[in-house]
Amino acid sequence: MNASSQTSGPSAAESAPPPVATAADLSAEANASASVETETKKGVPEGLWIKCPGCAEMEFKKRVEQNLMVCPRCQHHMRVSAARRIEQLLDPGSFDRFNADMAPADPLGFIDTKPYLDRIRDTQKKTGENDAMQTGYGFVKGRRVVLACMDFTFFGGSMGSVVGEKITQAIERAMEKNLPLIIVSCSGGARMQESGYSLMQMAKTSAALARFHEAGGLYISVLADPTTGGVTASFAMLGDVIFAEPKALIGFAGPRVIAQTIRQELPDGFQTSEFLLESGFVDRIVHRKDLRSEISRVIDYANK
Amino acid sequence: MARPGYSATYVLDFEQPIIEIEKQIDHLADGAQADRFANEIRALEETRSSLLSKTYASLSPWQTVRVARHPHRPQTSDYIQLMCRDFCELHGDRRFGDDPAIITGFARIGSMKVMLIGHQKGKTVAEKVACHFGCAHPEGYRKALLKMKLAEKFGLPIVTLVDTPGAYPGVGSEQRGQAQAIAENLFEMSRLRTPVVSVVIGEGGSGGALGIAVGDRVGMLEHAWYSVISPEGCAAILWKEANETTNNRAAEALALTARRNLENGLIDDVIPEPPGGAHRDPRGAADRVQAWILDRIRELQRINPETLVRQRYEKFRAMGALSRKIG
Ligand SMILES: [Zn+2]
Repeated sequence: MNASSQTSGPSAAESAPPPVATAADLSAEANASASVETETKKGVPEGLWIKCPGCAEMEFKKRVEQNLMVCPRCQHHMRVSAARRIEQLLDPGSFDRFNADMAPADPLGFIDTKPYLDRIRDTQKKTGENDAMQTGYGFVKGRRVVLACMDFTFFGGSMGSVVGEKITQAIERAMEKNLPLIIVSCSGGARMQESGYSLMQMAKTSAALARFHEAGGLYISVLADPTTGGVTASFAMLGDVIFAEPKALIGFAGPRVIAQTIRQELPDGFQTSEFLLESGFVDRIVHRKDLRSEISRVIDYANK
Repeated sequence: MARPGYSATYVLDFEQPIIEIEKQIDHLADGAQADRFANEIRALEETRSSLLSKTYASLSPWQTVRVARHPHRPQTSDYIQLMCRDFCELHGDRRFGDDPAIITGFARIGSMKVMLIGHQKGKTVAEKVACHFGCAHPEGYRKALLKMKLAEKFGLPIVTLVDTPGAYPGVGSEQRGQAQAIAENLFEMSRLRTPVVSVVIGEGGSGGALGIAVGDRVGMLEHAWYSVISPEGCAAILWKEANETTNNRAAEALALTARRNLENGLIDDVIPEPPGGAHRDPRGAADRVQAWILDRIRELQRINPETLVRQRYEKFRAMGALSRKIG
């Protein structure tokens, strides 16, 4: 922001806030989309026809759905809800959900232009979900797993206490039953409205994964568009094997925050799955149609 | 007795009345007839000191953020000077480079040998630029982790001083895996078999702060802030604009003060600052921080490593606020 909003006095210039002081929160960008309700619907439009965000062509919705919400023309991977993701990944009818009734509290009494609890209730009504994450047991090509899927349609997939707790319990169950753990990340980052509680979910989930690691557990992290902020900076980047869907936005800071900080345009393809592969931070880019077989293959290699 | 005089070079607006009194005192004390005004000076001193206490006892959350960012507030390098002896700085992450935004090294605090790790914002313009104003790159977090593991190997307690607006958002930092570096620190810190004590000395900006703050004991200085996002960042998103009004609201809503974080069970202690804040008395602040650190380490050193790691895990495991289905 500007120096005057922050300081006054003779030496304000000398101690002007760093260019990144406000941009410094990394999930800012991501949370931006989380807070704009119209945007949470992006990629999951209603109606018979769907406009592909990749090639901007209209496509018959049925056809896209049959193609796992991937554009048949340009292979753009559209965002999918947790429910659809689970349907796509697991053997039919094998999902055995747990913690479905876990819902957010409002520990801080957070109010911006509207109380947090009102926003939560509205989103719950709209989505039929209690929060941005579904967890359960299931089978992938006959292999039993614990699966956790983030839901971008709920508060931009942001991580508050519920997401953190559900992930942690999913990790604990995978550990207890010696099952492979699969987490599909799709999130704008930490949830602002739970402030410090959200932040601490990063430590909590990472610590749980450290225990799982010590117990020899297999964790496959799948990164979908978008995965940013506190989610990337915790469990999403801690997979034994990390897959990313093609052309997903994956990063710590949001692109707008970075562009503001460095005051120049970002390179082409910056913060895409392909960029991360090249930089050495994901193992494989996996087309959605191959996710089930790639997951099964890794489970087999890990002797799980 | 020669008195130092007040010559504030940086004034927060809510400190203005205090500064006015200080100017009067300076004016009276400066003249050749200072002795004649001894009584007046004494009275003004008293007024100043009570006004200072009153102001700082009731800072709003947004005022707290501005105190936490005060350019004269002691930084990691000051604490090293004021509370450590024989500091042996250790550089580099052995992978990419040496990030000056996180200082690491062996140090003695009191009679204790520790590994000291802290964000550094920079004192001079050149240092500030080199440190990116306390915003570390991945190599900073990797350097910190490497030195923490070194400490673990030789059984040294780890002391971390947190003071960052956030991890650096840039092209290089993304390319070199900012998210991965922080994630790995959270993962590894949770299982370090040596005591870890952390103090938020100024700004605790989100993941960039937490990346060195997975401590057995986490303390916050009285006027520090710690939150998932800066008030301006939050205001820009939720109120669409960061200005004095929305920054105030956001700072309040985020519960970012030491007291609120303590109430919410997200930190373990609030460390009181000298009257008028750490920037008025760095020595006093360092003494308090040092005493807290030594007490906590002594307490933690009595716990065996397995129990220590388990208790650290359980502490963070318990954080969160849930309900079952609402309405
Ligand atoms: Zn297309």
